[in-house]
Amino acid sequence: MIPKSGYRFSEKDHAPRIRNTRPICRSELENVPADSAASPLPSGLPIVALRDVGKTFANGVVALDRLDLDVRPGEFVSLLGPSGCGKSTALRIIAGLSEPSRGKIEWRQADAANAANPRRIGFVFQEPTLMPWATVAANARLPLKLAGLGPNWQARVDAALERVGLTGFAQSYPRELSGGMKMRTSIARALVTEPTLLLMDEPFAALDEITRFRLNNDLLSLWQSLGKTVVFVTHSVFESVYLSQRVVVMTPRPGRVFTEMTIDAPYPRDERFRTSAHYASYCRKVSEALASAMGEVT
Amino acid sequence: MSGAPDRSEGRPRGDQWLRVVLPIAVLALGVVVWSAVVRVNAIPPYVLPSPELVLETLVADWGVLSASLVVTLITTLEGFVLAVVGGVVLAVLFNQSRLIEHSLYPYAVILQVTPIVAIAPLLLIYLSQPMAVLACAWIVAFFPVLANTTLGLNSVDHNLSDLFRLYGATRWQVLWELKLPAALPYILGGLKIAGGLSLIGAVVAEIAAGSAGAGSGLAYRIAESGYRLNIPRMFAALLLLSLAGVVIFFALSMASHLMLRRWHESAIVREV
Repeated sequence: MIPKSGYRFSEKDHAPRIRNTRPICRSELENVPADSAASPLPSGLPIVALRDVGKTFANGVVALDRLDLDVRPGEFVSLLGPSGCGKSTALRIIAGLSEPSRGKIEWRQADAANAANPRRIGFVFQEPTLMPWATVAANARLPLKLAGLGPNWQARVDAALERVGLTGFAQSYPRELSGGMKMRTSIARALVTEPTLLLMDEPFAALDEITRFRLNNDLLSLWQSLGKTVVFVTHSVFESVYLSQRVVVMTPRPGRVFTEMTIDAPYPRDERFRTSAHYASYCRKVSEALASAMGEVT
Repeated sequence: MSGAPDRSEGRPRGDQWLRVVLPIAVLALGVVVWSAVVRVNAIPPYVLPSPELVLETLVADWGVLSASLVVTLITTLEGFVLAVVGGVVLAVLFNQSRLIEHSLYPYAVILQVTPIVAIAPLLLIYLSQPMAVLACAWIVAFFPVLANTTLGLNSVDHNLSDLFRLYGATRWQVLWELKLPAALPYILGGLKIAGGLSLIGAVVAEIAAGSAGAGSGLAYRIAESGYRLNIPRMFAALLLLSLAGVVIFFALSMASHLMLRRWHESAIVREV
């Protein structure tokens, strides 16, 4: 079991962690152009931290090995890596859907000063994962229903649907929706419990590029207005750079952190950022880091 | 290219029309040939009655036949309902407990693979005649419900199960909110098979009972008419049995369609 409480971070844990940073990557990081208007990385205690986490499946596959990861409150962090690098496994371990074989997960304590429970999690899968027999509203209501509904659940469902722009589709069934709208329903369901931490496992990988760009922008404005912490798993360099404050590059087989990069660009980010030289240079650097990460094993 | 839209527009409507007209045409042709063969060869009614005579008999003997039809239909319905309840409940128990599944599943299979014609005479020794007929209808019909429901309960989307786990769903919530709705299309598929099979089970048992000299269902009428060489009545009773089977099949298909039409792939009419 993951300890619910009783852990306090020390100053030492607080220090930024960059593992496996080879000289080539270090120099790349230093070459990143400084932007005075960049939004600063949140610097508080980690909301959740993975310490030396390993996961070996029953069939002997080592999905994760000695993974260290800090997720700081309010940040947008991406886990980037090729398929099979254990990034989804890491996400499932944070969500409590999978138990680590070694290491531990440390959660910030929910205390009086910080009323939001850090372990209130919203999870968005790669597929929309909707109940086909239930309407959009009923799908979004599911987390509340499983918890016994509670007061003003209707208002909360309506608010969640409004946030993702599905107000007029509450009574539609999933099969009547486009792929992007199904994913919006899935996001509304994740938001309905007012989670502190939003875990997203390649949520837009199956969508066409136009829809993906729109959902990227909508996700960013949701993140900015709601102040959630987002851990976003992706295998797209471009998506990770566009969205995140921090990109964690992982190596495959076994999965571990290769390096991490700060994307020093202000929000709100929009098409101007997507077409800027600044964005392109970040993409190139992250691509190079990803290539070295994969070169390390192949 | 210019002809393509016309064809794709005309096809569904033409298809529907053909689907009604063609079977009726085949039926009409069959009846005409049957009637002609009987007349031309002067076949006596105790060998092969003409279709007209079968219809006349159906009208003339309606009192006896309709009473028997009601008996058979009630047995079928009771067997069907018991099969649905038994099959679904057993499948849920299997799904909830490996212990129960491993203990009982082999016997469910044995019950299914042993020919019902061979079981019926034994049941008639130990049970009263109506109970034995009902038991036969149940034995034949319950297995497809059990097998389909088991498959459905095990076919839940893994991500959805994870989601339910993430939000701390209870065992009961997982069963009621997730597994049973996900299994519904499979259960309904099982019901469609079970409806026809419970009629077959009832008929087999009535035939077995009929040779022991008891009963009043349609199958018993067929056996009895056979002994008396009342071949037209045999045909009339057979016609009623077929019609009953067809009605049961369409009723269950309709019920299934109504329950799934809003969400399931099987109920969607795709435009080509």
